[in-house]
Amino acid sequence: MIKVANLQKSFEETPVLKGISTTFEKGITNLIIGRSGSGKTVFLKCLLGLYEHDSGTINFDGLEMDTMSRKQHRELRKQMGMVFQGSALFDSLTVEENVMFPMEMFTKKSHEEMRDRANEVIKRVNLIDANHKLPSEISGGMQKRVAIARAIVLNPKFLFCDEPNSGLDPKTAIVIDNLISEITDEYNITTVINTHDMNSVMEIGEKIIFLDQGEKAWEGSNKEIFKTDNKAVTDFVYSSNLMKKVRQVYLES
Amino acid sequence: MNLLFHIGNYFLMLSKVFGKFTKWSVLKRLILADIDNLIIGSMGIVSFISFFVGGVVAIQTALNLDNPLLPDYLVGYATRQSVILEFAPTFISIIMAGKAGSYITSSIGTMRVTEQIDALEVMGINTYNYLIFPKIIALLFYPFVITLSMFLGIFGGYMACVYGGFSSTSGFIDGIQLDFIPFHVTYAFVKTILFAFILATVPSYHGYHLNGGALSVGKASTTAFVWSSVLIILINYIITQMLLT
Repeated sequence: MIKVANLQKSFEETPVLKGISTTFEKGITNLIIGRSGSGKTVFLKCLLGLYEHDSGTINFDGLEMDTMSRKQHRELRKQMGMVFQGSALFDSLTVEENVMFPMEMFTKKSHEEMRDRANEVIKRVNLIDANHKLPSEISGGMQKRVAIARAIVLNPKFLFCDEPNSGLDPKTAIVIDNLISEITDEYNITTVINTHDMNSVMEIGEKIIFLDQGEKAWEGSNKEIFKTDNKAVTDFVYSSNLMKKVRQVYLES
Repeated sequence: MNLLFHIGNYFLMLSKVFGKFTKWSVLKRLILADIDNLIIGSMGIVSFISFFVGGVVAIQTALNLDNPLLPDYLVGYATRQSVILEFAPTFISIIMAGKAGSYITSSIGTMRVTEQIDALEVMGINTYNYLIFPKIIALLFYPFVITLSMFLGIFGGYMACVYGGFSSTSGFIDGIQLDFIPFHVTYAFVKTILFAFILATVPSYHGYHLNGGALSVGKASTTAFVWSSVLIILINYIITQMLLT
């Protein structure tokens, strides 16, 4: 579980996060949604420790990020898995080597043990016959699967995904969403997903946080989002006619 | 102010490069890959340029020494001095700032743009050490490139002189042995080591700290080449002033 309290972050006097407080529950998919420039990526990067926040606290399973020792911080990093928007796979390494990379860095396993574990997670993300291919030789959807496999190979407690289905066709996007949701359930991890995709919101949004101009404007589940009359949320989520109709059908049923 | 910021940031980067070390088994692989890319991969172009520029230096020297009273060995002597003191260490380093420097900037810069550096940071890896330290170690082999350049430069001069009819074999050989001061080689290698450090770290700095997309990678490569060249020329002047005067 991740507890965030009054998180603030500014860039050159421009406030980007204005006192966000929320809790990301364990074993469910937590979604951060909002318009471009609403502070979603900055929020995620603060959670990951890639940006230092100005004030407020971030608490990982009872351990506060700011008061952690260096060793605790290093240990925490090993418990984090991250799926980047562009997958961020290492170009010069094959699929198998990419997945083995975190084990190579942080474990004392033999090469065979690492390869077995890598193959296990590659199989789990349903990748077939791609082990010895380079990232440039596989499709965007396959790259996302490799990124997920790399993120979960060390059995992390926390999984972060930044726009995991951007640039994918709708069918592959749903497959990736479902894969993340299944893994969250299977590994019982705290998953935080940053997304724009309304399909993801409806499919896997067990908990949704809506950010508007650096503030938390709404919080709820994918069931509750149909019923909300929060103007900022409805303007964003139901901006298309299709989504308006989906809402209408849902409310009528 | 901007320049001071970058100087400060550069030294901060250096302190982090020697901070928390990456696992040796991984580092070893990276060092070998960088030796292959930066040192072995540069041998061809360095050999080609050294041989022909050595030849040109010898021919031009010979053409400017048309007084029959001037001894035959002067061409060999001038070629040796030009190649060892300036051409091999300095001129080749400027070429390497373009070749190896742009490779370093663009490879690290692309990793930055495609979030690969962020991915390493999330894993808790000291990215400065992981990305830059292997390049510094690989470029410790740079004096071997310069040694090859010195040899081929003088050999190119010999070939051009003897086969072009500008000097006799014995005259050229006498010239390259005349008044040989071993300290000049030491001076050349002192410069080479400093240039190697610049070649590894300045392009790395520009690649690591770039912001933006693909266009920024190109711009950063150009900036890295300019700054590496400027620093090489400045350090060349300072070292020459310190060691040869």
